[in-house]
Amino acid sequence: MLTSRAKIELIAGLLILAGVGLMLYKVFALGFPLLPGEYRDVWTIESKISFSPGEGPVDAELTLPGGTGGWVVLDEHFASSGFGFTIGDETPRRASWTRQSLDRPASLYYKIQAYRPSDDELPDRPAPAIDPPLLTADQEVAVVRLIEVVGEQSSSPERFTSLLLTLMAPRSDHPDVRYLRSAWDEESGDIVLAVLAHAGIPAAEVRGIRLEDGRRRQHLSSLLEIHNGDHWVTFDPRTGEQGLPGDFFVWQRGSGTVLDVSGARRSRLEFALVSNSLPARAVVAMEQRSGRYALLDFSIYALPVEQQGVFKGLLLIPVAALVVVIMRLLVGVSTSGTFMPILIAIAFIQTTLFVGLAIFLGLVAAGLWIRSWLSHMNLLLVSRISAVVIVVIFLMAALALASYRLGIDQVLSVTFFPVVILAWTIERMSILWEEEGPREVLVQGGGSLLVAVLAYLAMSNRLVSHLTFNFPELTLTLLGVILLLGKYTGYRLTELYRFRAVGGDQQ
Amino acid sequence: MIIARPSLLRRRGVLGMNERNIGFIGEHNPRKNYSLVDNKLETKSAARARQIPVPGLYGVVQYQHQVSDVEILLQPYDGFVIKPAQGSGGKGILVIVGRHGDRFIKSSGEEVDGAYVRRHVSNILAGLHSLGGRNDTAMIEALIDFDPCLAGYSHQGVPDIRVIAYLGVPVMAMMRCATEASDGKANLHQGAVGVGIDIASGCSVRAVQHNRLVDSHPDTGAVFAQLQVPHWERVLDLAASCVEMTGLGYLGADIVLDRDHGPVLLELNARPGLAIQVANQAGLRHRLATARTIAEQTADHDQKIELARQHFGSPA
Repeated sequence: MLTSRAKIELIAGLLILAGVGLMLYKVFALGFPLLPGEYRDVWTIESKISFSPGEGPVDAELTLPGGTGGWVVLDEHFASSGFGFTIGDETPRRASWTRQSLDRPASLYYKIQAYRPSDDELPDRPAPAIDPPLLTADQEVAVVRLIEVVGEQSSSPERFTSLLLTLMAPRSDHPDVRYLRSAWDEESGDIVLAVLAHAGIPAAEVRGIRLEDGRRRQHLSSLLEIHNGDHWVTFDPRTGEQGLPGDFFVWQRGSGTVLDVSGARRSRLEFALVSNSLPARAVVAMEQRSGRYALLDFSIYALPVEQQGVFKGLLLIPVAALVVVIMRLLVGVSTSGTFMPILIAIAFIQTTLFVGLAIFLGLVAAGLWIRSWLSHMNLLLVSRISAVVIVVIFLMAALALASYRLGIDQVLSVTFFPVVILAWTIERMSILWEEEGPREVLVQGGGSLLVAVLAYLAMSNRLVSHLTFNFPELTLTLLGVILLLGKYTGYRLTELYRFRAVGGDQQ
Repeated sequence: MIIARPSLLRRRGVLGMNERNIGFIGEHNPRKNYSLVDNKLETKSAARARQIPVPGLYGVVQYQHQVSDVEILLQPYDGFVIKPAQGSGGKGILVIVGRHGDRFIKSSGEEVDGAYVRRHVSNILAGLHSLGGRNDTAMIEALIDFDPCLAGYSHQGVPDIRVIAYLGVPVMAMMRCATEASDGKANLHQGAVGVGIDIASGCSVRAVQHNRLVDSHPDTGAVFAQLQVPHWERVLDLAASCVEMTGLGYLGADIVLDRDHGPVLLELNARPGLAIQVANQAGLRHRLATARTIAEQTADHDQKIELARQHFGSPA
């Protein structure tokens, strides 16, 4: 049987670990920003499909990018003036624009925002069957010779591909390469793919965009990927380098067409590219809305914006509670009421600190004065407190009106102070005054205000609000810490002062 | 030195608030038994059932409509004390020591009229002085006829003796003497003098005001070294009995000495403060540990007190 202390320590430990663990998972696996003010490069890619009128009904189909290789599509927009528009269910998705007839050139737009949180390679997929294209006899001789030359110097499919790409570089003077180029016709597809097929290496094209900030009229480019018997490896055909380049946005894998247009002529697909540095949390917010983390969603961003605002405030309260617990249990400040400092701190957030302090002190002082007058009237307690509530409301209204006339708008925020809290504070303070004297009022009132100001500073700290909002699971950690503090049996800081004589050298 | 080193306090055995709450109050004082202590009417009847002397009860005011008749109720008595049944920290206690015509004389010498007394009772009923502001009952008690041998040790009224008892073993005691600085209140932090009392003999060990050792009462000049609490055995016996009466393992008993009846139980406290350590200039922790072994050794009431006097007596 565990002692209650061990039980609490176990539970607190689990809570702390759960909170921190979830947070670390979100930081490292999902790319949540740990600190405020981190930025992410978000690319806005605008695709423009343009064509001239042709015969009959127009049908333009565009394969849509799915977000692979670490890329995440945050947002997409379609502009289809005068065209019928549908998105098919198949994978990859295809958007199709249709129109019965067309009398002048038209442009269709598809805009996405994407960023790359992780440098993943392309996901695995089964290797396709190799289907070498038919070649003429002389082409085949050149290809076989090329395979022999490259094959002699390479031990693996990767090495082979890399060497082949170097050899096939545009200005290569290798005779077989030059011959192949001159004898090759467009219909037979890519030369490199053909050579790889003859060498028995499964290979495919990866279509996509080379990203350049501010670039307009960019066209689709291709990368090469081969299957090395175990997994797929990507190559940049221009340089022969292995791996998915960081500036390459993957649109489609495989050699299927990206754009199909029927019933029109001179169709073109061009891209305009802009890169923006956006705050990481804005990116995460966009990502949440696009529904990427549907299952493990424990983030406030999933809520509608309005509710997000509410929770932003609510999630700060545990932090304030921790401040109160520390100040009371470890430091030993006496406050009037356990949670009054938190409520005052919340009001300070709305009013800003100094305006809030001034309003609070002013209202409580005026209220105390009126309360002392009421106490001479020999009223029953309930009606006296109610009277104080009403007087406080009246004071607030008067203060707001007067400040508005004077043009001090900040004082209007007086309404953020909870009336009942103010009235109760006034009542408690005045009883304290009568029974314990003004000194105790100063001690407890000052203690409450001190804790409230500290709680306010903690709650208004940018890092704190960033962490609680982005990692609500940290609330569990706070809970664990507070549970642990509930079992703290050491001295309070004020006790070290209080018992200074006992601990002294008098004995 | 402004603050004490925690290690030194620990060596001296000073008990902190957190440890008191978790280790002693939370551990030994079951919540359901609190009402017996927090409600002085219940304390009084329980004490009477065990023949523990308490101040006489003149009357109880429970409803607002009874307030107007309070003066009729008070008619036969010259001196009396009005207090809330569930007051905390000595709040809301009105002590009337005599009459002057229609008017009442408070312990401070101030004269008040009947309306003042009625208002005080009305405030008590509304819960002004009570824990959590609950509606309360006002009780009217006999004025204690204080033992004159202690009168010199207090400015106004007479000092009370606080004994902390743990598991039926009296552990530490002090006498609280109001001063002019403390405005007649017996709170140490307001400037009252705390006098540590030796558990074995009832003699004063040392006296402390504002955390400084003093030799004599600052107002009356009475020398504390000469102090010996009369009926000391009876005081200890009374405090120890309260543990059995309430079922609270850790409590503070406030006891005053009546001229005729000797020690009288004034009230009990389920959350006794830690100021007693300042008055004794000694820590509670070691004594509490010893008290636990004593309680394990014997269940006999008198034997526990006897052992406590042996262990906690100061080597004078």
